[in-house]
Amino acid sequence: MVLQMTGIRKVFPGVVALDGVDFRLLPGEIHALMGENGAGKSTLIKVLTGVYDIDGGEIELAGERVRFTGPLQAQQAGISTVYQEVNLCPNLSVAENIFIGREPRRFGRIQWSEMRRRADKSLARLDLDIDVSAQLDSYSLAIQQMVAIARATDIGNTRVLILDEPTSSLDASEVEQLFAVMRRLKENGTAILFVSHFLDQVYEIADRMTVLRNGGLIGEYRTAELPQMQLVSKMIGKELEALEQIEEEVREAPRRDRTIIEAKGLGRTGSIAPFDLTIHAGEVVGLAGLLGSGRTELARLLFGADRPDSGDLAVDGQPVKFHSPRDAMTRGIAFSSENRRTEGIIGELTVRENIILALQAARGWTRPIPRRRQDELVDRYVQALQIRPADPERLVRDLSGGNQQKVLLARWLITEPRLLIIDEPTRGIDVGAKAEIQRLVAQLADGGMAVLFVSAELEEVLRLSHKIEVLRDRRLVEELENGDDVDADRIMHTIASGATP
Amino acid sequence: MNLTALLRHRLFWPIAVLVVLLASNLVFSNNFFTITLQDGHLYGSLIDILRRSAPLVLVALGMTLVISTGGIDLSVGSVMAISGALACLLIGDLSNPDSVGPVLLVVGAAIALCLVFGLWNGFLVAVLGIQPIIATLILMVAGRGVAQLITDGQILNVHSAPYRVVGAGYFLAVPVSFLIAAAAVALTVAVTRRTALGLLLESVGGSPTASRLAGIRARRITIMVYVFAAAFAGVAGLIYSSDVSSADSNAAGNLIELNAILAVVIGGTALTGGRFSIAGSVLGAVIITTLDITAVSVGVPVETTLLFKAVVVIILCLAQSATFRAKVFGRFSAKRTVPA
Amino acid sequence: MIDVTSPPRTPAKKTARRVYRPNTKHIPVLATLALLIVMYSVGVYNYDGFGDTQVILNVFVDNAFLLVVAVGMTFVILTGGIDLSVGAVIALTTTVAATLLNAGWPAGVVLPVALLIGTVLGFGMGAVIHFFKVEPFIATLAGMFLARGLSLLINRNSIPITNDFWTQMAQKRFRFDDGVFISLNVVIAVVVVVIAAVVLAWTRFGRNVYAIGGNADSALLMGLPVGRTRIAVYTLSGFCASLGGVLYSFYTSSGYSLHGQGLELDAIAAVVIGGVLLTGGSGYVLGTVLGVLVLGLIQTIITFQGDLNSWWTRIVVGILLFAFIVLQRLVTRKAK
Repeated sequence: MVLQMTGIRKVFPGVVALDGVDFRLLPGEIHALMGENGAGKSTLIKVLTGVYDIDGGEIELAGERVRFTGPLQAQQAGISTVYQEVNLCPNLSVAENIFIGREPRRFGRIQWSEMRRRADKSLARLDLDIDVSAQLDSYSLAIQQMVAIARATDIGNTRVLILDEPTSSLDASEVEQLFAVMRRLKENGTAILFVSHFLDQVYEIADRMTVLRNGGLIGEYRTAELPQMQLVSKMIGKELEALEQIEEEVREAPRRDRTIIEAKGLGRTGSIAPFDLTIHAGEVVGLAGLLGSGRTELARLLFGADRPDSGDLAVDGQPVKFHSPRDAMTRGIAFSSENRRTEGIIGELTVRENIILALQAARGWTRPIPRRRQDELVDRYVQALQIRPADPERLVRDLSGGNQQKVLLARWLITEPRLLIIDEPTRGIDVGAKAEIQRLVAQLADGGMAVLFVSAELEEVLRLSHKIEVLRDRRLVEELENGDDVDADRIMHTIASGATP
Repeated sequence: MNLTALLRHRLFWPIAVLVVLLASNLVFSNNFFTITLQDGHLYGSLIDILRRSAPLVLVALGMTLVISTGGIDLSVGSVMAISGALACLLIGDLSNPDSVGPVLLVVGAAIALCLVFGLWNGFLVAVLGIQPIIATLILMVAGRGVAQLITDGQILNVHSAPYRVVGAGYFLAVPVSFLIAAAAVALTVAVTRRTALGLLLESVGGSPTASRLAGIRARRITIMVYVFAAAFAGVAGLIYSSDVSSADSNAAGNLIELNAILAVVIGGTALTGGRFSIAGSVLGAVIITTLDITAVSVGVPVETTLLFKAVVVIILCLAQSATFRAKVFGRFSAKRTVPA
Repeated sequence: MIDVTSPPRTPAKKTARRVYRPNTKHIPVLATLALLIVMYSVGVYNYDGFGDTQVILNVFVDNAFLLVVAVGMTFVILTGGIDLSVGAVIALTTTVAATLLNAGWPAGVVLPVALLIGTVLGFGMGAVIHFFKVEPFIATLAGMFLARGLSLLINRNSIPITNDFWTQMAQKRFRFDDGVFISLNVVIAVVVVVIAAVVLAWTRFGRNVYAIGGNADSALLMGLPVGRTRIAVYTLSGFCASLGGVLYSFYTSSGYSLHGQGLELDAIAAVVIGGVLLTGGSGYVLGTVLGVLVLGLIQTIITFQGDLNSWWTRIVVGILLFAFIVLQRLVTRKAK
């Protein structure tokens, strides 16, 4: 037993985040920590890495009782962590990012050449050959993630490696590469704690799993002995019919008699190659492709968040040029960003203020929405989307990820858009909320709204879309009419080969 | 309202400090709260506080709006100096400095120049995307040079009855400078809270990217607040120079940017932007002025007000620091941390 | 193998290293250097005697204290913070030193006490900033008021210093063959600069300073001693301010509570003109040295010109600030 946590309790003012949670890690295993948002996964990890102190319980590392006062102590004790968002310093070189805090030194003087040499070696182990003296932010997010992992695994005495959602910014081949590294570390006896929202990945790599719900422990299981459906029901605490229901619904093809938006040769150098795309009223168009394939970039061009440098755009048959999101909004286009926290919600404002924001912006600051009208609108959408807690005066940052996403949707829905562009609305939110959002999208389209749905999850795209646009390497490579003959394999094939079979 | 809720109210600490300050004045001078009517003017220490708060209140108002967008304006002191300098220079050139019309024109010209400076700050911040503290540092450094250029390095004295009214006159027994400040407060409240401007400002301050994607024209709003701040600073400069009947490029608005920022922070608006409180900032400005006046009435050397200020700043900042409260008062902690 | 071509500007390995392309981080410093050369050439071309070695050495002699203060400020700004208290600390240091010396205390005691003042104050401000999460701007503003207020409380007038040791230090000159000289202050300032440069480039503390300026949250999660480093940086700046105060008291042979007014602005301006990013994480001590020289050279040129008034210094510094800030902006925007 390398790590044993017993009866862990952590209380925040007003909230019990962890209540008597036990957790153990064996050497040489990959252990998945499962639970919905708000189950206490992040808190448990932060306790383990010394970011939070505990209010009760015991932590034993290799048989010794420990109590960390900070991340440094945890690291020194042999617990390394790679976080969901790359937590490195963008202004330092790759080599420094791997070694800062434990640079090779002689007489207190950092030995730069030795450091670069070691960095090369440590990245080579991950099959990565890049200039380690270049500044970190000159590389893509995926590479930065690999650098973070190199940093975590390079610590000599690493006994426990925590990977918190490490795969969310990686494409399939990068995930495979990461898994290979994880297996190698496991063989060397490192215990790995793995957190991921992708169930398939968990089943592929994890030996055992611990399930949390609402800050409490549900149980510890062998992966092989716990079927996926059972796991999901343990995570959300009820049998999950919601997801399947949508799947069974037959999606009728829209009439396609009214074109909302039409892009011809629209493109932007360095972000997306020129593409053609037409979206009709009542149509759900899915954008499929790997991360970095140009999904978000395409969406942003349609919304005027970025400016195209080639091609034409027409709304309702009239040529338009969007200089800012505001221009697109006046044409009835709405866009909900994939970066919920940085580009979506405004944390310190209330739910009400967040919801009315876009509508208010469209009206301009001189014409405030009367308070009564605000309450009316907000109440309606808080109920319709089941935003919890149903208190419009709560600060949005206190809501869970799924509820924040619903607030964002509400913000756009009250502007009554004709085209709703939603980028990864279901990423990082719990299964229940996911189903609700998917159902909502289907309803909206049935009501005549056009929806451009961007998602990394093929199943989701397949389930909802009438038409699927497949992207690869920042290029729109194929348009598929969704039907019985189209399935995940078919799309994957296009993504992988880039050509029509 | 129970005690905890009272302690948590964001104006509790500022009000408490103000009350203590005023009360301590009473100990040293019995007639501190007495207000008398002499020659049709209200007199008394409290009136004095209101009158002398005016410039700082004006500057703090503009600063509040700027800070709510996540910015800061260090140039207000320099703008004050420039506006006073220009007004005094122009009035000195008037053939009849005692006629109202030309003086009003001069005042208008001085404020117009300030609007240009505000546009400049706003341009640097919103269009060139320069960090506000640096962008306004430019005008802070260069502005006093410009003011000295206008006055040719001299202290310009003016003798103009209408101009004197701005900073030292009375209207219906009430000091005009106080009325100007009160009008500015009313204007600011109306412009931010009776329209959606306040919400949009707080949104831009909370997250500029998210605000842009929500369709807010952040650039326009940002420029607007810097123009506001400069205009208010310009008026404050006029009040100051009118009160002393001269333009002193070094003394006018000296350290006022720091006092104004302090007032805003005391009032509970975070320097990081977002939520702002106009009432809080006004209260903060009054506290700082009271502090200066208290020092005099308590009989300590005027210079040591700095020490007072330091102590008050430290106490207030600690009282407002959620971490400090959590550490010292434990259960009174105001900010709730919610786990991710 | 990860596709390293996805960000188009990813440097191609090895080959790129041989071609000299100025690192974007170096552009501001190079620009400052170019400006300095231009200013100097203009001075030499226009004014008689400007080319004397002593003229350039006098820039150092007259600005040694500013250089020391600006070095401390560089550390603070590299972490993304700011220290408004430095000017007031100079005043406090000179006042305390002068008062104690006049009271008959030996110089050997006064010197350490004087140096301790800023150090302790800096430590206090750092602690408040770190432990109570008070904004650096506000915490050091309080420090500024405190230091200035204390020095005014001690003495409102200028106090002459007549102590032998102090006079000796003030008059100490290092002369070179051709009659040119530098003062002791310059030697001390140069030593401070060299130590600071070495610390920033080759020690863990130095790299932690950069890391915090890059992303403080990440630095914490990477297990770096963020709190300790941050407190240390303000302590260091406080020490540098005190040392600057001591040099200032050598330079002026007096202690005065109004010394160093607005000096924090000069220090910040020097650091910015020297190419240090005010948001933190990028810049060099060498840049700060160049920044101080630019400020000093402006003064010198205005003195040589003779018919320019002193307020032109402020306007020129403002214009330079603008130029360098826009340059920084362009450079960082290109890098993004």
